[in-house]
Amino acid sequence: MRDFWRRYRRNKGAVVGLVVLVVVIIMAATAPWLFPGSPWDMASAPFLPPGEMDMLLGTDSLGRDVAAGIAHGARVSLLVGAISTVVALSIGVTLGAIAGYLGGWVDDVVMRFTEFFQTIPSFVLAILLVAIFTPTIRSVVGAIAVVSWPPVARVVRAEFLSLRGREFVQAAEVLGKSRLSIVLGDILPNALSPIIVLASLMVASAILLESALSFLGLGDPNLMTWGFLIGSGRSVIRLAWWMSVFPGVAIFLTVLSLNLVGEGLSDALNPRLARTR
Amino acid sequence: MSLLRIEGLTVALPPGADRPHAVEDISLHVDPGEILCVVGESGSGKSITANAVMGLLPKGLPVRAGAMELLGQDLCALGPEDMRRLRGDRMAMIFQEPMTALNPLMRVGDQIAEAMRVHGRQPGGRVMELLEAVRLPDPAAIAHSHPFRLSGGQRQRVLIAMALALEPALLIADEPTTALDVTTQMSILRLIRDIQQRRGTGVLFITHDFGVVAEIADRVAVMRHGRIVEQGVAADVLNRPQHAYTRALIAAVPRGARTQAVAQTGAEMLRVTGLRKTYTRGGWFGGRVSVPAVQDANFTLARGETLGVVGESGSGKSTLARCIVKLVVPEAGEIRFDGADLRPLSRAAWKPYRSRVQMIFQDPYASLNPRRLVGDAIAEGPITHGVPRAEAMERARELLALVQLEPSAMDRYPHEFSGGQRQRIGIARALAMRPELLIADEPVSALDVSVQAQVLALLADIKARFGLTMLFITHDLRVAAQICDRVAVMQRGVIVETGPTAQVFAQPAHAYTRALLDSIPGQGWTPPV
Repeated sequence: MRDFWRRYRRNKGAVVGLVVLVVVIIMAATAPWLFPGSPWDMASAPFLPPGEMDMLLGTDSLGRDVAAGIAHGARVSLLVGAISTVVALSIGVTLGAIAGYLGGWVDDVVMRFTEFFQTIPSFVLAILLVAIFTPTIRSVVGAIAVVSWPPVARVVRAEFLSLRGREFVQAAEVLGKSRLSIVLGDILPNALSPIIVLASLMVASAILLESALSFLGLGDPNLMTWGFLIGSGRSVIRLAWWMSVFPGVAIFLTVLSLNLVGEGLSDALNPRLARTR
Repeated sequence: MSLLRIEGLTVALPPGADRPHAVEDISLHVDPGEILCVVGESGSGKSITANAVMGLLPKGLPVRAGAMELLGQDLCALGPEDMRRLRGDRMAMIFQEPMTALNPLMRVGDQIAEAMRVHGRQPGGRVMELLEAVRLPDPAAIAHSHPFRLSGGQRQRVLIAMALALEPALLIADEPTTALDVTTQMSILRLIRDIQQRRGTGVLFITHDFGVVAEIADRVAVMRHGRIVEQGVAADVLNRPQHAYTRALIAAVPRGARTQAVAQTGAEMLRVTGLRKTYTRGGWFGGRVSVPAVQDANFTLARGETLGVVGESGSGKSTLARCIVKLVVPEAGEIRFDGADLRPLSRAAWKPYRSRVQMIFQDPYASLNPRRLVGDAIAEGPITHGVPRAEAMERARELLALVQLEPSAMDRYPHEFSGGQRQRIGIARALAMRPELLIADEPVSALDVSVQAQVLALLADIKARFGLTMLFITHDLRVAAQICDRVAVMQRGVIVETGPTAQVFAQPAHAYTRALLDSIPGQGWTPPV
């Protein structure tokens, strides 16, 4: 574990990313104390520029505090990112493991099914699913998970295919272990590192997808999100730039930090592949 | 004057390695027309020596002290550009792995021509000449082929042709035959010897195999832990080794003669009849390619007996072993174990037999789950078969002692062990099931000779102690001769000859068996200890 941290630390960008990510998480966790009350409530006069009348990041067209919106939006963004990634991982890992371990016609069937999802543009499919199931936090999470599992399935399948032929897996077969315990006990632990790296990047893309859906007005109408903030500021961008810029910066920093963390994890988990710095 | 002279060469290892220097205070010389063999086990620094001469050391391994001279020119003083000009021209190298040392996208002839062009010579008709000189059949066709169309031996010949393109004064061969089959190895050794004699090239030949040394060396340098422990004329070192380490190494060379009495054999345990396995790929689009890996294999194995299956790579011997434990599903034939046919059994019906038939694998680095503690790895088989955990762990501890490992090994991960130790763990894992039949798939071919001897002795010991029956797969006839009661010789999926070991070795009936036996390197040499 100490070794892992030492290798992670060698990637300076990843350390910065981790710090930013921790700050965002703390902000999300402490939002109810930092900005008590609902972020939807009017806090001051409308269209206040940043810094005026104690409004750190200004107010929007209805006098709502932009800073409060960002802090509360972080909760939704991170939650959506995390949950949809967990759901997508469970679908992708299961299908990829089945395809890679069993091979043969099962592999063919599962992979054609996966390709079927990959041929549909993922954002269009997500919009469609949210529109059909009415925009709620559940349907948004579900839609994001449904469009983001195929890459997981492909990565897991490739790992399983190569690990299945390794001698320690064959040794486990010869010992008479059941298929399930070989998959869970021998193959999956050795396939974890690419899955972890992929997961960190998936959280980032899930946050982007959720923001894009909210921007189009397809987010949960009861929840304050970063995408909604940008969407509502879009029409008045020349009058009140801060309404769209600050939530945009929040998305940018969070997604960037997740990508940096992903890269750092990749370096730390595959030390031999790490670029020489 | 010596062609190559190395004086007091010391190459540092990065901090945190198991020793401060990769090689330390090495002094040796190669004269024109001479083959100097550098022998040593893995990690002894022999390849580092070769790479230091070629100026191919990685960044983390700086030369700390010493001098290297090629034809009177100081190599340490040369800049990278001068070194580049020297490489390929005055000194050339042949690598161990012919499969990866050629550019897969470039025709063989073009690659040889390129070796000349980078030094500003026009190849002209030289490419054909060279391909002919390394005795490749139909040089014109070979020159136009891509590397994937050639066999391992042919590729190694192409690499030798490339190395010889500019008539270098010094040829460095880094384990050039280790990745090749015995018969191919012999022809490559003869080729190197022949070329060296005809052209008066000096050869620095790196190997771990004393058979190869006996076959080819004029002089020998024995390396251990980065130092040369003994150096001298081949006949002296081979027959009158001075240093204890050299003596130990030579004693560990498999002698091709049985070290134990023939086992008492009992009733028939395994009978394989008409076993067939064909690998097919392709289909859908493009033609279907089918490769018969095992064709109509028949053999029997009596209780308490060791049957060796010998053959070159691709002969189907590993597939045969894997068919018996259902890692590979054969399409026809019968595998009768204690009277019951195992072939049609389902996964569940096979399970009771799993504890009776066990397997040891070839690669000690790949055959243990890197994320499982050694104790758990040994105990998991019995636990799967219903042995209580505490009892299985106790059994694992006993087995570790039996394979001569510390009890503390229980709570460590495989990467903390050497290759030989890992192979012992693999053996303990198989023994934990208390098997009757043990299938060993090349269990010692990835190990150094001295470790190989220890593991073979361990296998012989446990076999006697538990009354095991063994199916021993190997490509090394010397190992087979040492451990097997009977041998079956496989060639391209067919068992061409079966018989008692002594008889097959003394009077081989099949032409292929004879060819195999003639290819054992160093037959003219009888180890003195």
